[in-house]
Amino acid sequence: MIDELRELYSYRQLLYMITYRDIKIRYIQSIMGFLWAILMPIVIVMSGVVVRFAFAMVSHTPLKTADIASVAVKSVPWAFIVASIRFTCYSLTSNYGLVTKIYFPKEIFPMAAVLACLFDSLVACSALIIILLFMKVGLSVYLLWVPVLLATTVLFCLGIGMIVSASSLFFRDVKYIVEIFLTFGIFFTPVFYDMRMFGDRGKWLLLNPVAPLLDGLSTCIVHHASPDVHWFLYSLAFSLAAFLGGFLLFKHLEPAFAESI
Amino acid sequence: MSDVALRMEHVYKKFRKGETYNSLRDLLPALTGKMFRMQELSADDKREFWALQDISFEVKHGEALGIIGRNGAGKSTVLKILSRIMRPTKGRMIVNGRLSALIEVSAGFHPDLTGRENIFLNGTILGMTKREIESKLDQIIAFSGIEEFIDTPVKRYSSGMYARLGFSVAAHVDPEVLIVDEVLSVGDFVFQQRCMDRIRSVIKGGTTVLFVSHNLKAITEICHRAMLLEHGKVLAIGETDAVAREYLHRGTNIDDTSDQSRPAYISKVCIRDHAGEQSTFESGQTAWVDVEVTARKAIDRLAVVIWFRDETKYIIFHTSTERLGFAPFSLQPGHTYRCTFELCLNIAHGTFYLVTEIHRYDIQKGYDRRDPAATIFIGSTTAVGGAVNCFPRLIESETVNLSKQSCEV
Repeated sequence: MIDELRELYSYRQLLYMITYRDIKIRYIQSIMGFLWAILMPIVIVMSGVVVRFAFAMVSHTPLKTADIASVAVKSVPWAFIVASIRFTCYSLTSNYGLVTKIYFPKEIFPMAAVLACLFDSLVACSALIIILLFMKVGLSVYLLWVPVLLATTVLFCLGIGMIVSASSLFFRDVKYIVEIFLTFGIFFTPVFYDMRMFGDRGKWLLLNPVAPLLDGLSTCIVHHASPDVHWFLYSLAFSLAAFLGGFLLFKHLEPAFAESI
Repeated sequence: MSDVALRMEHVYKKFRKGETYNSLRDLLPALTGKMFRMQELSADDKREFWALQDISFEVKHGEALGIIGRNGAGKSTVLKILSRIMRPTKGRMIVNGRLSALIEVSAGFHPDLTGRENIFLNGTILGMTKREIESKLDQIIAFSGIEEFIDTPVKRYSSGMYARLGFSVAAHVDPEVLIVDEVLSVGDFVFQQRCMDRIRSVIKGGTTVLFVSHNLKAITEICHRAMLLEHGKVLAIGETDAVAREYLHRGTNIDDTSDQSRPAYISKVCIRDHAGEQSTFESGQTAWVDVEVTARKAIDRLAVVIWFRDETKYIIFHTSTERLGFAPFSLQPGHTYRCTFELCLNIAHGTFYLVTEIHRYDIQKGYDRRDPAATIFIGSTTAVGGAVNCFPRLIESETVNLSKQSCEV
């Protein structure tokens, strides 16, 4: 495990080059260029606003700016999670030539896919900051939580990404199963809605390891409060387990990649 | 121990033939089926085959080992195991030092990136650091000979340019152990020569090289030792010339078990120079081909046809007893016909195959064919490309300023 991580570290420039390639080819031929990075979050935010508006109508409570800000804050990381898991799914099979011909740590492919999506999300974040300034969401010390929460999210995606990429190499229908989870996952994750709307039963939704992270981001950015530390630790533990487990699984399966792809 | 660069000890590799379960939808029912019926396991065993069996060899530092063998002999599998792309089913292997494989030199290219970006991408894939590539960038570009197009996306390149750029990057990795698999088949003659020169200088520089090629001539020129593989086993290992001869000898004996139903068969083919049977000739040399035909049944109006072809089955020369003005011959059961062709080998440098056939021209029927009956290497002191050697000499060479001339007119 330590040797393998050390080897990965020695290939860090390759990780950088593959990430650069993945980003560059995505932008090189699209008319929209960098707008592409914010398209997906914008669509999610807009659907979130529609859903929140419907909630407000039904419950006869006015729709607050804070609610919309919260939806916007949660949409960008959600878009990141969906995109990175989707890209990792294809990351090994689309690099067929390299997987079968040349030796290097192959976890670079799912990792580069996640990092390329992270780059997109940073572009989207700059747009998000403008929206939040416009909505007069202020600053607070609780913003220090943001990098911690985002790092945990990235760790989670890396772990799931390694599991998904390796298993879709062996089983071609894994990508359809993953697609179903990505499409319907938004209903099980508090992106559009808030867990507090469910009262006490809302806690069950936090079992979804992504939920405490998204909720935490909204709490510290929009509501200027500290996220629930216990649930955060739960997510952190889950993400670490996914990363380590994913890495071990990936490394265990890696020698069979070239002959099974 | 420390002077060993590479070692394989009793390496076995098993592959599965046919379809394996590659979707969960197929796997899950199969697994439940297997739980109830144990006999399915034996059916699985039949679909396995051993691509490598008990391969053991070692290569010392600074040595060049050639690996030869026909298609499917397991050459590439050996290389893939050494480069750690595949894991052996059984056995051990040791690699001392940084290993780099020229297996598919342009595998890492992305069509949408420019030549320059692809140099960086492929270089890092092959294990170079960014700084290393920056310091060698000019050399790499110069070696590839495509300076003008270096900032063009490689999808606009011709396939030759693509391969040249790939080889140029790979050739500038400075590994301690270099694996070369059939990369010389790319590019034109001049570029191939340049690749060979590069590999030669790499060997001179003390790098251990493992060289796989169907081009026996290249192997005999470059490698100190060679290993012959057949059906996943080591048949011979040792001095290059001896192993190459062994390979050729096996190649000619393949069709020896002639079909008993054939009325006549080729009982002997031999290509020789004045000293005796030979496989290496100088371009322009005279050679003799002896053919013997033996009949099982009485048979009429036969002719012996011989031709040379290259690896691509392209026939560069052919003739026959009938074309040379000899009347068709007839044979009684058990009788043998002998003939000898004298040839002037005006063939360019390369590997060529002699094919012989017994043919009846009036009904266009072939009775027996040996393909190849022999393999020959043609060596040449003049550097020429193509199939024939016209023995060129440069007798005049000067630079003329055309613009000045046109002014005077």
